Amino acid sequence: MSAPATLTWLAGHELRLGWRDLTSLMTAGGRRQRNAILAFIVFVIAMHAFAQWVVRGYASLDVDADTVTFVTITSTLLLSWALLLSQAMESVTRIFYSRSDLDLILTSPVSARKVFAVRMARIAAGAAMIALLLASPFINVLAWHGGVRWLAAYGVVAAMAAAATAFALTLTIALFRLIGARRTRLIAQILAAVIGAGFVIGLQILAIFSGGTLSRIAALHSPWLLAHVPDAGSVAWLPARAILGDGVALIAVALAALVILGIAIILFSARFGEHALAAAGVSAATVRQRRRSLHFRPRSPASALRRKEWLLLWRDPWLVSQTLMQILYLLPPAILLYVTFRHGTNAFVVLIPVVVMAAGQLAGGLAWLSISGEDAPDLVATAPVSPARVLTAKIEAVLGGVALVFAPLTVLLAFESVYAALVMALGIVAATAAATFIQICFRAQARRSQFRRRHTSSRIATFAEAFSSVAWAATAAVAAGPSWLAVIPMAIALLILLGIWVVRPRSA
Amino acid sequence: MQASRPVSLATRGLRKDFERPAVDGLDLTIYGGEFYCLLGPNGAGKTTTLRMVVGLLKPDAGSIAIDGIDALKRPEEAKQVTAWLSDEPMIYDKLTPYEYLEFVAGLWRIDAATAQARARELIGWLGLEEQAHTRCEGFSKGMRQKVALAGALVHDPRLIILDEPLTGLDAGSARLVKNVLRERVARGGTVIMTTHILEVAERMADRIGVIAHGRLIAEGTLEELRVKTGAGVASLEDTFLALVADVAAA
Repeated sequence: MSAPATLTWLAGHELRLGWRDLTSLMTAGGRRQRNAILAFIVFVIAMHAFAQWVVRGYASLDVDADTVTFVTITSTLLLSWALLLSQAMESVTRIFYSRSDLDLILTSPVSARKVFAVRMARIAAGAAMIALLLASPFINVLAWHGGVRWLAAYGVVAAMAAAATAFALTLTIALFRLIGARRTRLIAQILAAVIGAGFVIGLQILAIFSGGTLSRIAALHSPWLLAHVPDAGSVAWLPARAILGDGVALIAVALAALVILGIAIILFSARFGEHALAAAGVSAATVRQRRRSLHFRPRSPASALRRKEWLLLWRDPWLVSQTLMQILYLLPPAILLYVTFRHGTNAFVVLIPVVVMAAGQLAGGLAWLSISGEDAPDLVATAPVSPARVLTAKIEAVLGGVALVFAPLTVLLAFESVYAALVMALGIVAATAAATFIQICFRAQARRSQFRRRHTSSRIATFAEAFSSVAWAATAAVAAGPSWLAVIPMAIALLILLGIWVVRPRSA
Repeated sequence: MQASRPVSLATRGLRKDFERPAVDGLDLTIYGGEFYCLLGPNGAGKTTTLRMVVGLLKPDAGSIAIDGIDALKRPEEAKQVTAWLSDEPMIYDKLTPYEYLEFVAGLWRIDAATAQARARELIGWLGLEEQAHTRCEGFSKGMRQKVALAGALVHDPRLIILDEPLTGLDAGSARLVKNVLRERVARGGTVIMTTHILEVAERMADRIGVIAHGRLIAEGTLEELRVKTGAGVASLEDTFLALVADVAAA
């Protein structure tokens, strides 16, 4: 055991906290340990099967690949790195803005710089762990079919996590200094989400304009892009070479990432505590509303509840950004729609499943906020309003939110095809109703600020919500065909809901 | 004398089990215009009792009547005349105090003009004018408790039930809350309150109920409790400890 207050002792402490966080997240607070282990085993097997299907054909690639291969691997790495950066920014922001043990650290006789240096390393380790976990099935399958050289990819993934953490620290602290503690929280979280989604969206937009399709590969292999990238010998392809098993490239990539992370830690650990203290004080900030007149409007309980839900959502930009993030994914289909209109083709059918799926996801988030995320449950429960009426009002609030977002898109589509617009509208209603139904079945009282952790309260609800949205999207896509085969995905969607009804917690 | 007064709250054989009995056949009768303090050691069943009365918990057995209304059969009617305030004020961070009161008025179907006048009055009483248009997210515990109290009073309830409302309040805020409650009782309202601050119960309560292991072990004015324990002129603290010690010994 290491001596107290040394770097290794602090690292051990951070490791223990990190491990408990992770296990608590995976086992819903330790209540479902056996289920979590079983789910993990199933997940690992399923991921390996998926990896076998996706990457087996690439196992024979070697270090002397052509530029097209390097472009493909590098863009895949960039996409993964964007997600890692997004995850690391989330972690940095969370540590900044949660007071937790800050008082203890800053009032203890241990060097705060040392503590925060270890904490930054923990963020990198956490990011690396998740990335390695997700990448391992693909790497294992490649190593199984193509030889142990593919195991070098593990090193590249770890290096990417280190570099992502360094950039996340730099970005967050730069934001902090530029725009101050209060705005940084929101901007950093939105930035994290946009970075996570941005790369995919960017590629899709590029693909649409270059080929009129949503294929990412088509964009990566376009002659224009290939003419503008460096040649095969460039250092830009070092990570791709490292992935393919080039030992020298791996050492170079790993060293570069460690140096970048080391510099970030040395630069920022000294003032991290100071920034964190300033950030922790943000919650005490006051926001005055413009409305000055005291004029109450007559409202029924249902109207008061609906208005309250919308007002709370509207005034919480972080929640808006979290719930509306799915809308970002609508950007490529929206552009596709524009391109379609311009050329007079009917490829807009592609738009329908995307919109239906986004509606399901958005409704799931809004339904959780409205139904489970009640900050004053005692007030609502002790009001002279029946629980059924409260629930109805909250469902209406969800439907209103979804309608506000999707109605304009549906109307726009109706100008091109009334039938397609009708199918899309019905799909949106079905996906929204299904997501809301799932949230009602699995409702559990929580504070709205726990929105990000809503997925941990019920894995079944999370997966059911996703599968239900996919099934309704498929139904809408086939129906837009038009084809009677739409009844097959619709039956699957209904079976999912039936399953949810059967396994729902009886207390709900 | 009490027999002639209207009964504000009556529970009969109230029971709730959480693995063991939390409330065990509780009979309570509290009269209109009375300030009643419910005392008891931690885990005695005070909060469970009050949460059943306001409809937050369903009793396993027994009956609850508020102003003669069967609260289990006609919950909405009973809730219309009741207010609940817990020790942890639950308000909406993103609403201002005025907006919070407007929301509460909507839930209780209070006429907008009446609610508006009451809100203005309450905001003034509780010294919240400065913060009336500021979102509650930066408020201290005391300010949040004041907003929650204003919410509890804006629909002019006949029965106010408070669970440890003075916990964590500074002296000024605590006095303000006590004054507001006393004023409600003076106007004929009924206040039922749990507290661990025995001086508050000693000074404010018309009657005190002592609960232990889910049962009412003693009830009456401070004088009556002193007589019961043979404590002479002892403080409520001594009387309370003697009562609880008797139950523990039994």
